[in-house]
Amino acid sequence: MTYLVIPLVKIVVILLVLILGAAYLTFFERKILAYIQIRLGPNRVGPKGWLQAIADALKLFVKEDLTPARSEKFVFLLAPVLIIVPALLVFAVIPFGPSDIWRLTDINVALLFVLGVSSVGIYGIILGGWSSNNKYSLMGGLRSAAQLISYEVPMGFAVVTVVVMAGSLSLVRIVEVQRELGVWFFLPGIVALFVYFVCGVAETNRNPFDLPEAESELVGGFHTEYSGMKWAFFFLGEYANMIVISAMATVLFFGGWLPPFPNLLAPLWALPAVAWVPPPFWFLLKVAAFIFLYMWFRGTFPRYRFDQLMRLGWKVLLPVSLANLMVVALGVLILGGRS
Amino acid sequence: MAEYIPILVFTAVAFSFPIITILISKAIRAGRFDPVKAEPYECGIVPASEAFDTRFSIRYYLIAVLFVVFDVETVFLYPWAVMFKKLELFGFIEMLVFLGILVAAYIYAWRRGALKWV
Repeated sequence: MTYLVIPLVKIVVILLVLILGAAYLTFFERKILAYIQIRLGPNRVGPKGWLQAIADALKLFVKEDLTPARSEKFVFLLAPVLIIVPALLVFAVIPFGPSDIWRLTDINVALLFVLGVSSVGIYGIILGGWSSNNKYSLMGGLRSAAQLISYEVPMGFAVVTVVVMAGSLSLVRIVEVQRELGVWFFLPGIVALFVYFVCGVAETNRNPFDLPEAESELVGGFHTEYSGMKWAFFFLGEYANMIVISAMATVLFFGGWLPPFPNLLAPLWALPAVAWVPPPFWFLLKVAAFIFLYMWFRGTFPRYRFDQLMRLGWKVLLPVSLANLMVVALGVLILGGRS
Repeated sequence: MAEYIPILVFTAVAFSFPIITILISKAIRAGRFDPVKAEPYECGIVPASEAFDTRFSIRYYLIAVLFVVFDVETVFLYPWAVMFKKLELFGFIEMLVFLGILVAAYIYAWRRGALKWV
């Protein structure tokens, strides 16, 4: 029973928080973009607009859901499922805190699991674009597939850089190593963090790399033909993936659940006034900071052109991340057994 | 293997979420079917050809092949990275040789214009 009941409760909590969080990110994004552009943003539904996300969800729930007549029906239905499921599944191995209560499970190849599972999302996008039997969707889907696989390579190198420093693929262990060393990996791995986050923005199809959905040239890209709840899943998947990228950046580079300066300020964190703060608080705070960065990007940068996007991925990020990997490896070699 | 059981349960729950939601929304949603609505969207013009028959640039294929080369290489890097602190200098030089071969191929692809998107 303990094998099933406790994990099941955790799963439901994780999924609820994740789905509600993804829904509310749309509200926060609209608010943040509005403030960047000196507007007010949504403020009509509920107190100060706080029920906006609920209203949007209800609206999408009862909207008409069209399937194009000459589309590939089963694949058309499968695509949104394939988008949302990998994005949620990653959270099975993300540690929110140091003890077993704060995570679902700890497997020794968690990092491989995350990378493998999140790559499945590409199928959702390209199958959705192809099965719609619409030229805009097809172009959007192809562009997206090319973009995602191009940026997965430098992202992989950036992640390997962290593995070289930590010597483990377990996410719990990676955070523990950062505590033991007394330095978070963003300091020695600043280049890797930069590459990782740029690739992360590209992987989630966000500004300034939102070419697959470029509304000024491709209408809606791969989800042009989608409507109603199926469209909502594409949207939800995008926001859930943003949370995934931010959570991974937090674990890999910013010490996961650790409070700032965990060793230096250890007496401070032991004080009863702050000791009650649960570790997931710090985790979520860092995740929120990364998500804010996403929205800041959207409010600031213009969209890339497709050839620029490919050049950045293959000719800049790839050699930079590869060289950085060997430099970091050399550093670990010289500092040797101390780490 | 016990730590993989929650992942299995999570997979089942995660799959059931979108399926159940789509089924519920199917039962309560609005909508009146119309053959014109089911046409693919092309800015209001009746589509002249099927999108399934549309040709696209060969470069997408080239990118896919390059991706396979580099991603397989990343797969080799993971076990190396985990064991790096034990392999020490041997592992470092070994990986330099391996990456050297790969960088030669990368430069070749670059010079032949495989990375250029026109």
